[in-house]
Amino acid sequence: MRLVLERRAETPLALRIGSPLLAVALTLLSAIVIFAALGHDPWRALHIYFVMPLSDSWGLQEVAVKATPLVLIAVGLALCYRSNNWNIGAEGQFLVGALAGSWLALATHGAPDGPWLLPAMLACGALGGALFALIPALLKTRFGANEILTSLMLVYVAELLMDWLVRGPWRDPHGFNMPQTVIFEPEATIPLLMEGGRLNIGTPLMLLVVALMAVLAARTLKGFEIRLVGEAPRAARFAGFSETRLTWTVFALSGALAGLAGILEAAGTVRQLQPAISPGYGFTAIIVAFLGRLNPVGCLVAGVFLAITFIGGENAQILLRLPLDVTRVFQGLLLFYVLACDTLLLYRVRLVRGAAA
Amino acid sequence: MTLLEAILLTIITASTPLLIAAIGELVVERAGVLNLGVEGMMIMGAAAGIAAAITTGNSGLGVLAAVLAGMALAAVFAFLTLGLATNQVAAGLALSIFGLGLSGVVGAPFVGVQRAGIGKIEIPFLSEIPFLGPVLFAQDPFVYASFALVVGVSWFLWRSRAGLVLRACGENHASAHALGYPVLRIRLYAVLFGGACAGLAGAYLSLAYTPFWTSGMTGGRGWIALAIVVFASWLPWRAAIGAYLFGGITILQLHAQGAGVPLPSQLLSALPYLITILVLVLIMRLRRGGAAAPAALGTPFVPDR
Amino acid sequence: MTPPLVEAQRIVKRFGALLANDHVDLLVRVGEVHALLGENGAGKSTLVKMLYGLLQPNEGRILWQGRPVTLPSPKAARALGIGMVFQHFSLFENLTVAENVALALDAAAPLPEVAARVAELSAAYGLPLSPGREVWRLSVGERQRVEIIRCLMQDPKLLILDEPTSVLTPQECEGLFATIARLRAEGRAVLYISHKLEEVRRICETATILRQGRVVAATDPRAETAASLARMMVGGDVAALRHEAAAESDAPVRLSVRGLSLPAEDPHGTALRDVSFDLRRGEILGVAGVAGNGQEELFAALSGERLAPRAGQILLDGAPVGREDINARRRRGAAFVPEERLGHAAAPRLPLSENALLSGHAANGFVRGGLLDRGRMLGWVDAVTRAFDVRKGPRDPEARALSGGNLQKFVVGRELLRRPGLLVVAQPTWGVDAGAARLIRQALVDLAREGAAVLVISQDLDELLEIADRLAVIFHGRLSPARPVAGLTREEIGLLMGGAGFAMAAEAG
Repeated sequence: MRLVLERRAETPLALRIGSPLLAVALTLLSAIVIFAALGHDPWRALHIYFVMPLSDSWGLQEVAVKATPLVLIAVGLALCYRSNNWNIGAEGQFLVGALAGSWLALATHGAPDGPWLLPAMLACGALGGALFALIPALLKTRFGANEILTSLMLVYVAELLMDWLVRGPWRDPHGFNMPQTVIFEPEATIPLLMEGGRLNIGTPLMLLVVALMAVLAARTLKGFEIRLVGEAPRAARFAGFSETRLTWTVFALSGALAGLAGILEAAGTVRQLQPAISPGYGFTAIIVAFLGRLNPVGCLVAGVFLAITFIGGENAQILLRLPLDVTRVFQGLLLFYVLACDTLLLYRVRLVRGAAA
Repeated sequence: MTLLEAILLTIITASTPLLIAAIGELVVERAGVLNLGVEGMMIMGAAAGIAAAITTGNSGLGVLAAVLAGMALAAVFAFLTLGLATNQVAAGLALSIFGLGLSGVVGAPFVGVQRAGIGKIEIPFLSEIPFLGPVLFAQDPFVYASFALVVGVSWFLWRSRAGLVLRACGENHASAHALGYPVLRIRLYAVLFGGACAGLAGAYLSLAYTPFWTSGMTGGRGWIALAIVVFASWLPWRAAIGAYLFGGITILQLHAQGAGVPLPSQLLSALPYLITILVLVLIMRLRRGGAAAPAALGTPFVPDR
Repeated sequence: MTPPLVEAQRIVKRFGALLANDHVDLLVRVGEVHALLGENGAGKSTLVKMLYGLLQPNEGRILWQGRPVTLPSPKAARALGIGMVFQHFSLFENLTVAENVALALDAAAPLPEVAARVAELSAAYGLPLSPGREVWRLSVGERQRVEIIRCLMQDPKLLILDEPTSVLTPQECEGLFATIARLRAEGRAVLYISHKLEEVRRICETATILRQGRVVAATDPRAETAASLARMMVGGDVAALRHEAAAESDAPVRLSVRGLSLPAEDPHGTALRDVSFDLRRGEILGVAGVAGNGQEELFAALSGERLAPRAGQILLDGAPVGREDINARRRRGAAFVPEERLGHAAAPRLPLSENALLSGHAANGFVRGGLLDRGRMLGWVDAVTRAFDVRKGPRDPEARALSGGNLQKFVVGRELLRRPGLLVVAQPTWGVDAGAARLIRQALVDLAREGAAVLVISQDLDELLEIADRLAVIFHGRLSPARPVAGLTREEIGLLMGGAGFAMAAEAG
């Protein structure tokens, strides 16, 4: 028995939409098996994981809060991956964005000044993320250094930088020696959408970004350029597009979005800087990008789904004493299935009896 | 034992997991496959290794479990990238995420359990050679295994016919296929070998280097192993140089932290990562024009029938 | 009577819905040179891949010396005594000649021994080679020798040659024919795949002709004329081109290249050295040459994919454009068609409308107010489809869904629809069926007659002699002076393609 792939001439539309759904279904199936193997009632576990987060207003708000950074980062990564630029350091860009924006909050602490502060913090965050993302881009275009490795190494560097700042120069002097900064002034925190809720203006901002990116990807020459460079780099050169400049553009853009997510998280959800500011958003966003088929609107749907697994994972930790790592197992599995199902788009897969190739 | 000997000894110890994993990945890439999941396979090896060793009380079984765990993850990767021709970069990332998660689940019951590490074996006569003896020949079995891997893989790639065929698959899979070589099967073996090496490297971390389990204990070593392969221009003996260089930096920065160098400890801890970036840049500059990477690296192969 | 060496009976091979071989019969006797003739896509390569064990037939059987055999792999084919030289060489660029040969041996042998055998065989068959060199350093002709030696190491009874002369100079072809004669004298059979009729009439004693996957004739080519063979191959007459006399030599110069030198971009490439020529309105200039002598680099420099060192080295209508990028040159009325259809001229997985955008976004008004005008792009596809008879299923399919000939008509038509003042085209009819080839060549000739300047870079000498007014030869990155096609002989061109006449200049450089 062996697997034979036959190239498809055209990909049916139903498959394009169906393949991520199939991947999700296979992940749920695997989840049932894993829950049973760990000695839990699979139906109860599934309920806790995937239904409970959606069953009340608090849960729904929490899903939106978690989905916001995931989607923001993922739409940027989608542009990168479409153009064959493998930025996997979004986690670091997220942290540096949070640092850069928080710097402004801390610098004005005690004497916050006017309504310009918050927009300036967001701009600083985006700029910080963009500049940090430009390092691997520059090393790639200038020296040919592999961007996968450099962008990932920079994540560790960003984590250590954050660690140093919150334990050293930026530590809250009255914080009982905890590694964290002061709580930001009200002027330096992202306004909530509703009094007493958890949602802040980060979420509508994210929806706006998704809409803009959807137009960019589908309707502009730049979107075409991104697709072409990824699909056929030589043809892109024939079209007169510069691969080097595009690499900078997509890295800067994705870094800016990751940085924006970072400062939104710091100044909105957490309202201070601390090392545990990200539960791995930058890495989970990679899965979001692929599950969303590298399409901005797809990323939105995928981001919501992965946000649910985050909250489901927290619920399961409390209610079932399941380690948080189970969530990462699901996320890894999901990416496996997404990739496997994508093969269906390009090839017909058949099992053939007979000798191996 | 002099201080210098002691430092060299620890450098070799710190370098060994990098070297073992890098040699495995080097063979994988020579066959034309880019497996970015080294970190995931390595940490699964570490978790499976200590779990099996504690459960059975036998370190040898622990090592075996680690190797098998690495190979099992590699098999998943091979199914995706060779069987289904998926993007190798994405599949490798998935493998790393999955491995990190699964190792946490497997290792959770063993957090905080201490056990004796695998000890050192002094080789008679050789270990008595002044200076070199204690550094090279009074080590644990993993170190000897890493020496053997470098020599064995060098011989395999350049002196054996099977090695020639493997390199041919990495250079031009279509031509290798046209000559009748089973490209996908050869790549499968290479990927499994890489998984075994990564698992072994993981076992070293949890069974000998720091003989207990902590979540995420590989700390990016799998990624550094990938960088070492690039640094080494896909040559085993250069991979050894690269691994010892990185091991040396790790040890030296630890010594510097211990000696109270007036620099933030975080900066010193970041050194191995920063040096990795620097080395990747320098090696590309030095190598300008000469393409050393296997020509078919990272491109999926689908035979038509 | 001894049985035939190899016989294929009623072979059927399907690829999905495509019937590549439809009950094909083939019979090759011991010691004969047998031609397998047919157009691109007629099923020749599919058939020989089955004889070499690379593909398995869906129906039918193969007999070897009268006994039915199955050939599950090339290894099995080699064990019987079948060797094959591929059209697109199956060599490993970064490995040495000896390593390449060793890889094709079924029994393991130490490399020094293999190297010694290579030296021995290359001397015996007049195929000079040095075993220790890496393949990427070899010329195309030398690479073919490696392939042939590789087969001869196995002492084959049947040697399959797939379009062997398409990459050789006329003189190198003569050398190959001598080697084939020697093989025949040793009692080996040769299966010679080609679509070049004169060649086949010269060296083959039998021919099997395929059309659309079926055998249409098995004949003695020496008893046929080139025209009768062509009719059998194509299934009708191919009309001759309407090609009038050359342009007047006092027409204004449209493209002028002055002392253009450009280093190679990748380590295996060729540098351009001091290239100069003028191209006038209404004229077709052909650039002949063996593959890998700087054609890609010349195309890249003329199109603006790579910039010239100085602006004045390339003049378009008198304006220095050497430092302008490809889109700036397009806006000046230039158009370009590269050699590779899929991956260079067109993106395989994008629809035709976006492939129209690919080369047209600068000059065709496809972008309005920052947004893509999909209606206009589709309109362009429709116009190309009508004007160039592009056959396709849906209105806007992905490029990879088109056949080679139809995609080539699209990528040429996409540019011609703009009525360019200058067209630079590489390999305009490579791997294209005869009907599409004629249509494309006629379109190029017509474009020149309307006053455009056309530069055709091609390895197909017959094509250049048919459509070009003047011809230059490129060798090791140097371009010979262009000479009128009328009055040129194949021998003269062949000598230039082999580097004779360049020798002194090359020494100096």
